[in-house]
Amino acid sequence: MSWIAIFSRALCALAAILGTLLFAAVGHAESDQTYAVEEVAPGVFVHQGRYELFAPRNAGDTSNAGFVIGDDGVAVIDTGGSRQVGEKLLKAIRERTDLPIKYVINTHMHPDHVFGNAAFEADGPTFVGHHKLPRALAARAERYLAINEELLGKEAFEGTRIIAPETLVEDELVLDLGGRKLVLTAHKTAHTDNDVTVFDPKTGTLFLGDLLFAKHVPALDGSIRGWLSLLDTLKTRSDVARVVPGHGPASMPWPDALEAEQRYLSKIAEQIRALIKEGRTLSEATKTVGLSEKDAWLLFKEYHARNVSAAFAELEWE
Amino acid sequence: MQAMVSSARTVLALSLALLVALSFASVHAAEDDPWPDIHRDVFDSREIIENDGAITLEAPYRAEDAAIVPLTMRMPAEIADKVKSLTLVIDKNPAPVAATFTFGDAAGKGERMLSTRVRVNMYSNVRAVIETDDGKLHMATKFVKASGGCSAPASKDADEALASMGKMQIRTFDKPDDSTRMTREAQVMIRHPNFTGMQMDQLTRQYTPALFVQDLEVKRGDELVFKMEGGISISENPNFRFTFGPAGDDTLEVTAKDTDGHVYSATSEGKAS
Repeated sequence: MSWIAIFSRALCALAAILGTLLFAAVGHAESDQTYAVEEVAPGVFVHQGRYELFAPRNAGDTSNAGFVIGDDGVAVIDTGGSRQVGEKLLKAIRERTDLPIKYVINTHMHPDHVFGNAAFEADGPTFVGHHKLPRALAARAERYLAINEELLGKEAFEGTRIIAPETLVEDELVLDLGGRKLVLTAHKTAHTDNDVTVFDPKTGTLFLGDLLFAKHVPALDGSIRGWLSLLDTLKTRSDVARVVPGHGPASMPWPDALEAEQRYLSKIAEQIRALIKEGRTLSEATKTVGLSEKDAWLLFKEYHARNVSAAFAELEWE
Repeated sequence: MQAMVSSARTVLALSLALLVALSFASVHAAEDDPWPDIHRDVFDSREIIENDGAITLEAPYRAEDAAIVPLTMRMPAEIADKVKSLTLVIDKNPAPVAATFTFGDAAGKGERMLSTRVRVNMYSNVRAVIETDDGKLHMATKFVKASGGCSAPASKDADEALASMGKMQIRTFDKPDDSTRMTREAQVMIRHPNFTGMQMDQLTRQYTPALFVQDLEVKRGDELVFKMEGGISISENPNFRFTFGPAGDDTLEVTAKDTDGHVYSATSEGKAS
């Protein structure tokens, strides 16, 4: 075989490889448009959001959302960060069941968990949340809408609006889906002042909302002391088989799933307390605290210094 | 040919010039610099000496949290005891004058430091302007990237904020590396929502009326360290860290008064130095 022939064969092979890669890339881009849902336990489905900030390319699909199917109806747990994402979730539900959507539960106030609510309105579900959720949303509505429209862009944001819950969880609330009941618990200030968890006793699946971040660095918008003490309490539960974080894999083992977050939060609380004792300042803290956690988390740069700032402003009053 | 090229060049140059001029005009219009008006209204358009080191301002270029942006002002020892007042301005806040501080004899003679936390509503210049006893104004300016500080809800935990309103904490610190002992440091913290009037109340669907700490006075014995006239730009839970001149008894007395007429006062434990 001549050198030219070898060369041209090699070239062909290379082109084939490149073509395959290109095809895979295009295929991947297409699959990005679809909305994957995983059945983490019988009748319990979770969509895993991306580890990203709001941007036009993700349309607000940056947090986990789920649904549980009973004999009479469906409960949705968080709805994604735009009407568009909410509609994809609704479609995923309709591919699996024709039962009515009885409840839409929001685990807390953040836009990436509530902005998809509007997609479900036509089905006439009961919207459910923490008794402090309506107040928290009202106080932030204008700003949340304005900022996130800017981040997502007009197209991805279209039709998005805030729907506050009417059925409120004071302490505990049981929702009946027929043949399976969900237990909703309203917590004291932790990740926010309006965190609700959803438990499915039938499968031992606990939806923690943003009380649990995995891989995505935790974001503090409530009380670091409240959050740490809640994690201590939650950890003792023996009826849980798996948890669904607000950000992270669709399903995680219990109680190991809590470990990294607990380490992160305790470390920054401990270091901030030491600085406060030494008479150091908020701005010093944001530059020094918790930096050893940098490589353990995604989006660290985006949230960490803010977490330190919030924790400092809380802990200096101890 | 040559002529065509050069005329094409001229057209290009002209349109470039036009483009530059246009973009300048639009940038200028978009910027809508509020400082000339503030300079006229607050400082009577008097001459201001900039960046001469009489005052320095530390501020984060990008704020972690627009509702608690830490600012630190420093005045060197040779200027410190000549400073009559310090005015903190945030150009683009709804009420640009965040606070005015007036210093008294107990503010001390060494390097003077004053630190507080403010709300920044949009990308803005932040300015610290001092007036010295010769009537001159000196200014330090920093640009801060932050937004939404004034409309951000008063608290991450709304109930806790109201329950503990008026609580005060005063700490004094010794600087171990300071052999001159000309000043000590203290911190005053007041639990107060400092409502801006731009925050929405859910029940009434109305904006919560502004309610903020208007007057603050810090004294060591009978002598004034500083007093402050503050506005809505001072963060929730107003927080001040400052130097003061030590005396035999360093007990600090703090009195704060808000716009509803509530008066809060507290005394530091005091430690002879």
